[in-house]
Amino acid sequence: MGKLDLCETLSKHVGRVWNVAWHPKGDAFASCGEDKTIRIWAKEGNKWVNKIVLADGHKRTIRSVAWSPCGNYLASASFDATTAIWDKKSGEFECNATLEGHENEVKSVAWSKSGNLLATCSRDKSVWVWEVAEEDEYECAAVLNAHTQDVKKVIWHPNTDILASASYDNTIKLFKEDPSDNDWVSVATLTSHDSTVWSIAFDSSGTRLASCSDDNTVKIWQEYAPNNPEGVPTVDNESTWKCVSTISGYHTRTIYDISWCHLTGLIVTACADDTIRILKEDQESDRNAPNFSCVSSTERSHSQDVNCVAWNPVVSGLLASCSDDGNIKLWSYME
Amino acid sequence: MNESAHADDKGNENNNVVTNEEQNPQVFATNNELRDAVFDFIRTIKDPEKPNTLEDLNVVYEDGVFVQNPTVGNVNTVRVEFNPTVPHCSLATLIGLCIRIKLERCIPQQIKLDIYIKKGAHATEDEINKQINDKERIAAAMENPNLKEMVENCIKEED
Repeated sequence: MGKLDLCETLSKHVGRVWNVAWHPKGDAFASCGEDKTIRIWAKEGNKWVNKIVLADGHKRTIRSVAWSPCGNYLASASFDATTAIWDKKSGEFECNATLEGHENEVKSVAWSKSGNLLATCSRDKSVWVWEVAEEDEYECAAVLNAHTQDVKKVIWHPNTDILASASYDNTIKLFKEDPSDNDWVSVATLTSHDSTVWSIAFDSSGTRLASCSDDNTVKIWQEYAPNNPEGVPTVDNESTWKCVSTISGYHTRTIYDISWCHLTGLIVTACADDTIRILKEDQESDRNAPNFSCVSSTERSHSQDVNCVAWNPVVSGLLASCSDDGNIKLWSYME
Repeated sequence: MNESAHADDKGNENNNVVTNEEQNPQVFATNNELRDAVFDFIRTIKDPEKPNTLEDLNVVYEDGVFVQNPTVGNVNTVRVEFNPTVPHCSLATLIGLCIRIKLERCIPQQIKLDIYIKKGAHATEDEINKQINDKERIAAAMENPNLKEMVENCIKEED
């Protein structure tokens, strides 16, 4: 059984904090929320310090932030229907591009591994893929209208240009570009959740996906490529994604976020029961029917709903969380 | 598959409870006091279209407020059930929004709130229940100036 220790509580935001995102180098992170600000934090000695406040980019709640893989760009998605791209080529962080096109709230933004593509999603039910054309130029490469309801989250595969989206329509969809005509198409629909899928996360190999939902469960999905040795059928030479585990009985309210550590393989969840839970795959687990156990459960980790959890990409066991209580917390997990 | 229930797994060494009492002071001594306070706040909400209150119209009623088992962290959970006047009531979503915003602002302690239409009382109750319990939708609705004004008018306290 592991132990999650609180390292620091950061109380600069006013109101709900929706999202925290680690810089790829792991030595800084960005946060955003209801107060329409983006804050950038870095470590000074033993303390995390709010170095930068970006307050003039959006007119409404900022729902999510994401760093480009090179670490030079920050994207922010807002309820004001826009996505802003920030960089500090001039020395100071500035908004040098605004992506417009969604009809209403943009809920999530994500950069592909190469940094050449960006995805956004909205209450307008669409997922947009943007190509980074040249300096501060972003071109819409696709508008994907596959979901029947709000799209809550978009993420990219860790190694290839596969896009995954999670929706209020209870499904997860995977998209990729068809090389024959450069059209982006839905290649898989993952159905099993009974309510809104709030968030998703790939493992380090990209052959597994974890999802969390308003149905109070976490599900683990596994990729079965064409001609897989297990004999799982595939269609049109595309992989089949099969739900191989449903983790229920731990979470007692909506699970808002999930992060799969690419260093340790541990899964962490953010839940509306104010608890941060860490899930670990059992050692003797069958890969095709894995068993995950809850190895740490921190009740009252925040005084209100936990909205986001994020493992540091460089430092094993370092975790950031944020909540409706207005706080960001940094935690250290020891096995 | 990993379907076994572990909800009763509390209290062993892997539960790291953050002891921080000031995070959530308990204002109400009993569940009945909490229930009465919740009802007192929602009974005076005005119907979006009529001059009456939700209590006058029997949209909300004392028996529709339930204090349920607290969360694992001992936060009170309150379920409010309401009964739209007609099964196709187009304002049911707005009424649900008013109930939530009023309670979030007025109840002086942390609670978890679930708001539902009385079973069988609306043609699209599942759809509306999902919408009025999705906090992201609620947050966005309250940033819409027209919707916000409608809610503020309904929940305004008359002196």
